[in-house]
Amino acid sequence: MLAIPVLADLAFIWGPALVSIALSFFRWSGIGGLHARSCIPGGLFPDNGCYTGVSNYHEAATNYPPFWPAVRHNLIWLGVFVGFATPLGMLFAVLIDRGLKGSRIYQTVLFLPVMLSLALTGIIWEFFYSPNYGLINTVIGRNTNANLIDWLGNPKLNLWAVLVEATWRQAGYVMVLYLAGLKAVDPSLKEAAVIDGANAWQAFWRVTFPAMKPINIVIAVITVIESLRAFDLVYITNKGTNGLEMLSALIVNNIVGETSRIGFGSALGVVLMVIALVPISYFLYYTFRRKEAR
Amino acid sequence: MKLRLPRALAYAFLIAATLAWLLPVLFALYISFRPYGETSRYGYVSLPHHLTFSNFVNAWTQSDMLRFFLNSVLITVPAVLLTLLLASMVAYVISRVNIKVNIALLLLFTAGNLLPQQVVITPLYRLYLLIPLPGFLSSSGYLYDSYTGLIVINVAFQTGFCVFVLSNYMRTIPAEMYEAAEVDGASLWARYWRMTVPLCRPALAALATLLTTWIYNDFFWAITLISTGGKRPITSALQNLQGQFISNQNLIAAAAMLAAVPTLVVYLLLQRQFIAGLTLGSAKG
Repeated sequence: MLAIPVLADLAFIWGPALVSIALSFFRWSGIGGLHARSCIPGGLFPDNGCYTGVSNYHEAATNYPPFWPAVRHNLIWLGVFVGFATPLGMLFAVLIDRGLKGSRIYQTVLFLPVMLSLALTGIIWEFFYSPNYGLINTVIGRNTNANLIDWLGNPKLNLWAVLVEATWRQAGYVMVLYLAGLKAVDPSLKEAAVIDGANAWQAFWRVTFPAMKPINIVIAVITVIESLRAFDLVYITNKGTNGLEMLSALIVNNIVGETSRIGFGSALGVVLMVIALVPISYFLYYTFRRKEAR
Repeated sequence: MKLRLPRALAYAFLIAATLAWLLPVLFALYISFRPYGETSRYGYVSLPHHLTFSNFVNAWTQSDMLRFFLNSVLITVPAVLLTLLLASMVAYVISRVNIKVNIALLLLFTAGNLLPQQVVITPLYRLYLLIPLPGFLSSSGYLYDSYTGLIVINVAFQTGFCVFVLSNYMRTIPAEMYEAAEVDGASLWARYWRMTVPLCRPALAALATLLTTWIYNDFFWAITLISTGGKRPITSALQNLQGQFISNQNLIAAAAMLAAVPTLVVYLLLQRQFIAGLTLGSAKG
């Protein structure tokens, strides 16, 4: 009963994760075997399938132009999620939880983007952003060839345009999780606070918010992981180039397509893994410590 | 009762947000109903002269959409069933059978699910090219570029989340029930299959809804592990369709709307299940 799922998890998730660490020290096109010898520098043809030490990492940091933009974009993505998308979702949840009229309708609509695939989201928003015919440019009158704004093509703008799409989804996702958390908080706690003279603002920050620590942690972890995973939207927009470089897309671009650089792609993967392990470890530590305490 | 200002503001904010949230979908829907000639003359933002279903018909007949939908079914259905079967077995063992590695197993699965997919894709891509499959499982002869390969990775990846949710859920089943069943001579398998699985039906239904949507919506695995365009499921095939219909955006809009239909149906009919699945994983964590 255990063997198949455990083996599958090891073989297809953890195995590759560990192998990527090893591969990151090799220079390999994926064709031909791997050899346990160091790369020979120089030569007419680049040496293939050989041990190259940390040079993949060194190259990524110093001689791979999209790397630092990608890191910056991932950080901006995280910043927007932490500073805007996630709080917006929490605000939605708090407002809906107050039981206003029609709250089911708001909830249904605001949650809708979570159901749609990100690929679909990217396509739907292209009609919004289209330079000549799109909704935004037409409405603001920038749709003639002389003055048009290329929202998804201009590398100074497109990250922000895509972040609007990402926020459209993330806020709904956070909202639903947070709503479930709010419903689980004992209402008498809040009533007691109000009787003691707290206003709604104080009651939320001093009573409800601390009582929701478990869900807050889940949401924090989701926010970080989703910013690291961000891939589909930039890939469907322009394959993660020209202003939309993201670590995830760089990894894919190094294995799919003409340049198959398995070692180098693995090195980028390891960078992403190391960053991701921080929130993952925190979440696991918190969750399982709580479990044992029960 | 006096109308308090904060309440009015809350209404204004929620209604404005709801309308703003709806707009992108409605706009795409609007474009999909308008003839190409009309929008290319007046732009998308214009009043309609004609509305038509022909974009939908053309998008369907001029592309392999039926095939892409079938691919989605062929991948999603087995993947969901297998994930639930495997995850419920692991969760059962973790939550009931007393072995010390429980926490370690749970850690393994949960962490595996949280890892960004891109971390494992490079070695996985190579691995998929190394594993041969018999012809009836894969027309490419390898795990790479096959339905089987896509099912396998979806199962391996999603099992983690389901184990986490189900093991929490199974912990709520009282131990006395198991003791009674054991006294009655029910085997380990019987206690799992005839007792635990039926008791977990609400959680399984919620997870099934969630998994169906997630696997149907998967873009990443299909883009990287399927190279033949005709084998891609609909979500990842959208990119190819976008290229095919590049000169006719109205067709793209129609194709996108068609691709959204299954998830919208799930959403309207099973919204509660879907949300239950999501929140089971977090609220009880």
